[in-house]
Amino acid sequence: MLRELKPAILLVLVFVVLTGIAFPLVMTGVSKAIFPSQANGSLIEKDGKVIGSSLIGQNFADPKYFHPRPSSAGSGYDAANSSGTNLGPTSGKLIDGIHKKTADGKDDPGNFDGLVDLAAAYRKENGLAENTPVPADAVTRSGSGLDPEISPANAELQVARVAKARSLSVDAVKKLVTENTAGRTLGVLGEPRVNVLKLNLALDK
Amino acid sequence: MTTNGLLQIALFFIVLVLLTKPMGAYMKKVFEGEKHTLSSPLGWLERIIYRVCGIDPAQEMRWTTYAFALLAFSVVGMVFSYVALRAQSLLPFNPQGFGTKEMAPDLAFNTAASFTTNTNWQSYVPETTMSYFSQMVALAIHNWMSAASGAAVAIAVVRGFSRREVNSLGNFWADVVRVTLYVLAPICLVYTLFLVASGVPQNFSPYVKATTLEGVAQTIAMGPVASQEAIKNLGTNGGGFFNANAAHPFENPTPLVNFIQMLSIFLIPAGLTYTFGKMVGNAKQGWAIFAAMSIMFFAGVGVAYKYEAAGTPGLVKAGVQTAATETQSGGNMEGKETRFGIANSALFATVTTDASCGAVNAMHDSFTPLGGLVPLINIMAGEVIFGGVGAGLYGILMFAVIAVFIAGLMVGRTPEYLGKKIEQFEVKMAILAVLVLDASILGFTMLGTNLSLPPGATSQTFTEAQAADEAKLPPLAKWNHVNSSSPSNYYGATYNNVNNSGAHGFSEILYAYTSATGNNGSAFAGITANTPYYNVTLGLAMIIGRFLMIVPLLAMAGKLAQKKFVPASSGTFPTDSGTFVVLLIGTVILVGALTYFPALALGPIVEHFQMNAGKVF
Repeated sequence: MLRELKPAILLVLVFVVLTGIAFPLVMTGVSKAIFPSQANGSLIEKDGKVIGSSLIGQNFADPKYFHPRPSSAGSGYDAANSSGTNLGPTSGKLIDGIHKKTADGKDDPGNFDGLVDLAAAYRKENGLAENTPVPADAVTRSGSGLDPEISPANAELQVARVAKARSLSVDAVKKLVTENTAGRTLGVLGEPRVNVLKLNLALDK
Repeated sequence: MTTNGLLQIALFFIVLVLLTKPMGAYMKKVFEGEKHTLSSPLGWLERIIYRVCGIDPAQEMRWTTYAFALLAFSVVGMVFSYVALRAQSLLPFNPQGFGTKEMAPDLAFNTAASFTTNTNWQSYVPETTMSYFSQMVALAIHNWMSAASGAAVAIAVVRGFSRREVNSLGNFWADVVRVTLYVLAPICLVYTLFLVASGVPQNFSPYVKATTLEGVAQTIAMGPVASQEAIKNLGTNGGGFFNANAAHPFENPTPLVNFIQMLSIFLIPAGLTYTFGKMVGNAKQGWAIFAAMSIMFFAGVGVAYKYEAAGTPGLVKAGVQTAATETQSGGNMEGKETRFGIANSALFATVTTDASCGAVNAMHDSFTPLGGLVPLINIMAGEVIFGGVGAGLYGILMFAVIAVFIAGLMVGRTPEYLGKKIEQFEVKMAILAVLVLDASILGFTMLGTNLSLPPGATSQTFTEAQAADEAKLPPLAKWNHVNSSSPSNYYGATYNNVNNSGAHGFSEILYAYTSATGNNGSAFAGITANTPYYNVTLGLAMIIGRFLMIVPLLAMAGKLAQKKFVPASSGTFPTDSGTFVVLLIGTVILVGALTYFPALALGPIVEHFQMNAGKVF
């Protein structure tokens, strides 16, 4: 039985060399040759600088841009720290949030915006009446914290605000939204979605 | 639930069924050493590997030698990874400069054990802990090795049934090399390129420093993701390159990639049921197993989808539209991605916990109580609903032996399965394997929810000024120190070590030990598991769940192979029939429900009622 130790050690080394080193190295070389843009992260450049990736969400707060989903990756859209909230449905923190003040009257750094807060903020910034139902993705944080897309319903509710901030017609903005909306793959797979970064880039043009 | 959602689930299953027979037939040829499509192109490499390692593929092994070979292979691999992880600051491909500060000894032990056992439980955040070299060389190798080992054990167990009056189960080394070379490698090659074409990165660049449109700095993590992603799914490993796993757009960019990922998780486990049928000379035996697995799969995905689509009272309180429409998915979108919506998140969660994969495309900790119960129960069932590569098949065969035994008790005949008499030793070994899983899950959960390790009964954060006191703390307190936390973070009694409180917090601990023992690797990720206490206990649970299940089953197979073949008579219970399918499902559920019902009642079930009563923690 003990003579099986030799093949054990040697075979592990074979795996290290073939699957640990050779396979990823060869794959990297071939990928960069055939699919350079994707292999490098689908980066988007503007005026010679990298402004992000078409696959990775980023934050937008200005009224003239479409806003993405809330994010709990780091302090928001930190692409070196992907994360969701991992809060459960009976979590008081998730639903009502935490709003405390420290001893000197400042906001406690541990404060958190709950679903109720996010919904109210969404209605306020988009000029919606109180109690208007808001889309689920607008007030929930994604699993990765880096979700680059929002639902078409979410985009539609933001059109009025963006059009006003940019002095554009609502129809012109809606047209851009439609152009940046991806449908279900093969008509079946996935969900319809709007890429926020690409849409905002198109708006800036 | 929407028509489209149900259609996506149905489409997934149909494609799986279509792929099962060709995959299974091919794997049979590979394992039996027969000629197949890739024998000529790659046969030379197979022979070179045998020569280099001193392997004689024709050398048959008794079950004890087979088990020893598997254990030796795993231990050597585990030690290698432990050393490589601890030494990561000295090794290349480390552009972000991660080192031993991030890789504490208990974390390295936990990670090495985790990847060796096909679990891929990750107590750490990869983007801030692991160098590319560590991910590639210390970890991804196990994705290949553990998948190959699992498949080898499954085939050895099948040989116990298919062989007659021989005292050997094959050659472990040949099985491992063949499945890697002819099944895993060719598929991963094509799979990796498909992933890259779809947008999954494959590079060794340092993290990219971007400036967003609004002028804010954004650091984008990079790496050789696609090559790891392919084997992560195909080998039912589940260890993500990034913290968010398959929810991360770089690991899972599009719905098509998501669909292929789910298929690749089930591909080998499903195919192996057909391989099993062919090897015992009756394909219907394999389809009976497949049918039992499918029914349990549909039950799971149906429940998960229904409850996730219904949303939560919290969302209703905030005035959210929980009903799905043409332009938004509705439902409980906390912790889910827009491109996947509700249906694909529920489906992926079901697939990944059925198959001991553990990759996630949505955060299970944010699922509704009953939506999150499904992943938990799937793992508790023993990871036999398709299950892991190899592990699913030898797991379901363990339950088949018990099922046939129960049938035998009911009619007063000596049980037989596939022409072999099932006697005392076989039943003892099968029950032993089941009990090991039960004891580990329930025992460790009991420990984790009751043990009190100082300091104090509430979670505390030490400021820089108090850091000096750390050295003066009693040794036991260090078990609760969160690795690499700065300022020093201690979580008090382990039952306080939860992101969520109440029943959901209990569920987090229960899920952790269930996932570790079942070698799944997914988590209710709100739990802070990067403390010595959790790293050590979870590491032990993983090792117990993997090897203390394999060894009894190999013993059972070794004994079975020596037995005479008993031709079917009029009194034999037919195991390729619908009755057997029902009996098998009943056995799996009986063992799962009876054993775990009390624990589930304390966790997800009571949480469901509390949630609907509006109780909040």
